[in-house]
Amino acid sequence: MRDNQVMTREVEPQTRRDARHLPTITLGFIPLTDCAVLAVARERGFAVREGIDLRLSREVSWANIRDKVALGHLHGAQMLAGMPIATTLGINQIPMPMQVPFCLNRNGNAITVSNTLHDAMAQGDGFPAWDDVAAAGRALHRVIAQRQAEGRAPLTFGMVYPFSCHNYELRYWMAASGIDPDNDVRLVVVPPPLMVDSLRDGHIDGFCVGEPWSSVAVEANLGRIIVSKAKLWRHGMEKVVGVPKVWASQNGAVLAALIRALDRAAAWADDPVNCHELATLLAAPEYLGMPEGVVARALCGEILTGSGLEHRAVDDFLVLHRNGANLPSVEHALWIYSQMVRWRQAVRRPGDEALIRSIFRPDVYRAALAGAAWEPDTMADSPEIEASDELDLFDHRPFDPTNIDAYLA
Amino acid sequence: MGDPTLTILIIEENPVRAAILEDGMREAGYGRIIHVSDMVTVPDKICAIDPDVIVIGLENASRDTLEQMFQVSRTVRRPIAMFVDTSDTATIQAAVDAGVSTYVVDGLKKERVRPIIDVTISRFHAFRRLQEELAEAKEALAARKVIERAKGILMKQKNINEDEAYNLLRRAAMSQKRKLFDIAQSVLTTAQLFDEA
Repeated sequence: MRDNQVMTREVEPQTRRDARHLPTITLGFIPLTDCAVLAVARERGFAVREGIDLRLSREVSWANIRDKVALGHLHGAQMLAGMPIATTLGINQIPMPMQVPFCLNRNGNAITVSNTLHDAMAQGDGFPAWDDVAAAGRALHRVIAQRQAEGRAPLTFGMVYPFSCHNYELRYWMAASGIDPDNDVRLVVVPPPLMVDSLRDGHIDGFCVGEPWSSVAVEANLGRIIVSKAKLWRHGMEKVVGVPKVWASQNGAVLAALIRALDRAAAWADDPVNCHELATLLAAPEYLGMPEGVVARALCGEILTGSGLEHRAVDDFLVLHRNGANLPSVEHALWIYSQMVRWRQAVRRPGDEALIRSIFRPDVYRAALAGAAWEPDTMADSPEIEASDELDLFDHRPFDPTNIDAYLA
Repeated sequence: MGDPTLTILIIEENPVRAAILEDGMREAGYGRIIHVSDMVTVPDKICAIDPDVIVIGLENASRDTLEQMFQVSRTVRRPIAMFVDTSDTATIQAAVDAGVSTYVVDGLKKERVRPIIDVTISRFHAFRRLQEELAEAKEALAARKVIERAKGILMKQKNINEDEAYNLLRRAAMSQKRKLFDIAQSVLTTAQLFDEA
């Protein structure tokens, strides 16, 4: 930590002096804990050291991010992994080819339910142990069946965007637990900052969202965190950096510098010794503008699942760099596509797999690192990492990315 | 004149901006304009309203919620983001600059949509100007208060009348090439320091 601090102090004044003469890249972000790598790249001098002036623009909606990137108001942005796919395929929009050269994080989401729903789930046999995804699914199934028998209104769950991993995670978990996410529950999009209020007002009974919003609900004693994405979808690709393909091809050198800066920033941010310093940085008004203690929970892997309960150390709750986390995963992207087809957002077309392979570019990431002036510490340049990045959902159902039709049959 | 048969839904939390927008639409001849401020109730209403055009501020976080409705509601005609029509990039850029996004029902002809967007853009600009004027007026009022207080201090300390106090401030501002407000502020700060001492 001391070394990093010294390094930071040396870099900081230089950041401002030199940045004016460097090529500018403006990226959009949503105030969530998993914008960490972008914030660190800018604020800790990693961008300047790679020769770019990284500017960040805080946005209020994923729709804004999509539109501003499409119109060139932003060079690129933090995106939900499903967004570049939806944009490239032209789902509800004019198709625009996108490129993903960097993954900002794996995991990081959680499913939280209201105290009332948690108590109902806990009443039957097999009280769902924390992060036992299958048991939680069975408990939810039982509560829903009971409610249906009593003629009560379906439960409502919040998620953040139609093309979000949150949507696919909730749906996969429910469907694998015998719940029809289209008919047995209502799924609604709620902007993350309104998620906790919606839970308080009873508009929703639970939600799947990125941090710090689950922790905020716990802090207000409004709900319990029951499932982490780390357990539901191991090492699951979550937020990525998406840029228009045209921009990427015309700005190869600048993009490579950005990737290197983000990789260094990710290594710093993922180092446990920096987690509190990172929490302070993200808690600032220009980023999340939230209490540092709440922001720190996901970053330090110390999740409080319910008010008054003990902190639980959750392995890999949020992964920012280790185990090749920054490598864009083609296999995970193809699974996301399979879920778009499964839930009828996308129409299955034979050429789509090739399109998706053209979006997620581990090769661009590797080539950028190969051009680094420093020795990459990550194992991302080894093929084994990609092999070990096989899709693994909580029910361990095998996924063959070369045979999506069989998977969906 | 606007097409009175079109239904326009305005989603806007700020009542002043909503009123400015609604008035603009009516002046342009649009007949059926519905304003909703609370996003929570929109999903239930949107089927019944069945809008041809939806206008929503770019900085409204509920855009993501709105877009999901188009996905799930197969029973209603589906509006789509205006940004899908890339043939009219200038209009889209102007809309984004003004801070507004528009959704139109798929298949609605461009020549029917364009005037609505033009009204929307001009009204969003009008609202912004209004806000700027309001901010300026507030600032001017605050500045005047500071100058009045500085005058009062000078009158008391130097036993002079109001005009003399004002002239003193003005001369200091001119000789130091600073704003009258800044000089007045310095007088207040200095007086405060002496009071504390």
